[in-house]
Amino acid sequence: MQEAEIVIINEQGLHARPASIVAKKASKFTSHITIVKDGKEYNAKSIINILSMGASKGDKLKVVANGEDEEEAVEELRTVIEKEIAAL
Amino acid sequence: MKGIGVSPGIVIGRVLLKEEKQILVEKRDIKNYEEEIQRFKRAIESGKSEIQDIYDNVLKNMGETEASIFEAHLMILEDPEMVEQVEKKIEENKVNAEWALKEISEMFISMFEAMDNEYMKERAADIKDVTSRLMKKLLNIEEVNFSELVNEVIIVAHDLTPSDTSQIDKNKVLGFITEIGGRTSHSAIMARTLEIPAIVAVKDVTTKVKNGDLIVFDGEEGLIHINPEEQIVKLYEDKKAEYNKSQKQLSLLIGKESITIDGIRVELAANIGTPKDLESVINNDGEGIGLFRSEFLYMDRKTAPSEEEQFEAYKEVAEKMKNKPVVIRTLDVGGDKELEYLNLPKEMNPFLGYRAIRVCLDKVDIFKTQLRAILRASAYGNIKIMFPMISSIEELRAAKAILQEVRNELIKENIKFNEKLEVGIMIEIPAAAIISDLLAKEVDFFSIGTNDLIQYTTAVDRMNEKISHLYNPFHPALLRLVKLVIDSAHKENKWVGMCGEVAGDPKLIPILIGMGLDEFSMSPISILKARGIIRNISQDKMRDLAQQVINLPTAEEVENFIEKNINLKH
Repeated sequence: MQEAEIVIINEQGLHARPASIVAKKASKFTSHITIVKDGKEYNAKSIINILSMGASKGDKLKVVANGEDEEEAVEELRTVIEKEIAAL
Repeated sequence: MKGIGVSPGIVIGRVLLKEEKQILVEKRDIKNYEEEIQRFKRAIESGKSEIQDIYDNVLKNMGETEASIFEAHLMILEDPEMVEQVEKKIEENKVNAEWALKEISEMFISMFEAMDNEYMKERAADIKDVTSRLMKKLLNIEEVNFSELVNEVIIVAHDLTPSDTSQIDKNKVLGFITEIGGRTSHSAIMARTLEIPAIVAVKDVTTKVKNGDLIVFDGEEGLIHINPEEQIVKLYEDKKAEYNKSQKQLSLLIGKESITIDGIRVELAANIGTPKDLESVINNDGEGIGLFRSEFLYMDRKTAPSEEEQFEAYKEVAEKMKNKPVVIRTLDVGGDKELEYLNLPKEMNPFLGYRAIRVCLDKVDIFKTQLRAILRASAYGNIKIMFPMISSIEELRAAKAILQEVRNELIKENIKFNEKLEVGIMIEIPAAAIISDLLAKEVDFFSIGTNDLIQYTTAVDRMNEKISHLYNPFHPALLRLVKLVIDSAHKENKWVGMCGEVAGDPKLIPILIGMGLDEFSMSPISILKARGIIRNISQDKMRDLAQQVINLPTAEEVENFIEKNINLKH
């Protein structure tokens, strides 16, 4: 299992466009990937799950991956959320 | 009836009512659930291919941002949570796909609708749109097609989904009215993108009109008239003609010089907050950037921006503006903004406190990093530097000394930059305005920041509701200070611009021309109107009027004088 902590920094939090970027990226991996917020788990490959998280600016999230490509998955997802989404 | 006007323009036309066909979904017992799951899968594939077509279409005709909503729709259709849950329900409860889809989608929709966040509530609409498309596939119901309209119409509907608006043919749809929505709902955003007038949140309008009814409305006002009397129709026809004429005239000013009747040229520039604003500057024929606010690089992050990051941003703007001037203002933040890494103290009086240039002169590392980035970028265009909140000669000299250190460092490192880079200051503190004759000797230009200058000069916080009415750009004190600053600059042969809201105020532009202001920097959308005004006045006449105006005792008299004596048409 691999995990990493991330803080959401863009104004609107994780809304439709970044949510779809995250889900798309997560779907590329075979590992089971979840995002944990306030103790609840959300399927990172599901855009509906990600949106329903209601992640807003300042929230701390944990990305957890389980599977063959778990290391890559966590690293790439962390990059996507921190770098690319923050610029939106 | 009243609603929220979300997209400007005047419309007179006939109604096309989009009815909400209540899709009745019956629960049926299914024995062969595997077959049913296959049917569901086929409906998904069909929906995906439809949305893919719409995506390609919108991407081609409108752009990536507008198309991205359909990408999100595609993902919703492929969403493992949704698809798996529906299939599971079909299998476990042995029900038809429509019923399973209805239950699962309703669960998600109410989850989003229950959220506090306005934006999230709107996302419920996205899920509704996608599942309704899927439902119609399962039930073999045809979609309403806006792309095949014969007559020009005003669409009236409960709501317009992204799928609906993607099909709108601007030639046939004169405008639209919906029962729900707000300024940030999808329908409003699309209306502005398509440049079609629209009013949203007109409660129950679908019950008050029928196909063919005549409607007139003003997309800015938010009022609609249903089957109005002739005089009202005439009123709106006149309004429409006026509006079209004025829009056309503005666009005719693109490419024209910003020059008075008696041949005095000025520069009309734009205030921007990020490189993304550049498109608007270029579309509105901005002649330069009079204020490039650098704060966006520092906000919403845990560490200070690196020199590289800043350099890239400044370089991008410099290159896109080619040789048009770009005035970059150095960091202008204070305790009212949350910047962890700067450790700005919480102050009783942040606007009279540790902010802007004072922070930079204290945190020299951060200041130098910014100056290095700006200097390096100066090799790629026509960049100028401006220091904010200068209140004394001492501050200016301290800032210039640090700039000189940075110059020397870059020369030693063999990094190129524009050696003739102009260095100026914002005049926003009354002290600076009063000693502007002395400051003018030590800078290349001034830019008057009227927003803060008015506040500091009249001791009024414009955000304080109780006294915000005292914030008045027509206050004689402000006009006198502005004249003083302009005269001080010109005495030393330096140019002076203005980057506060006053620069774009149609009533004050003529006075500023009369006072000899060289550069006006404003929001990009105000530029063409300003040009129109300037091309219609004579600086000579305005000089006389300006002289008279600064001797008037009250703001009200100033404003009245201007309205009476100056032709404000453009």
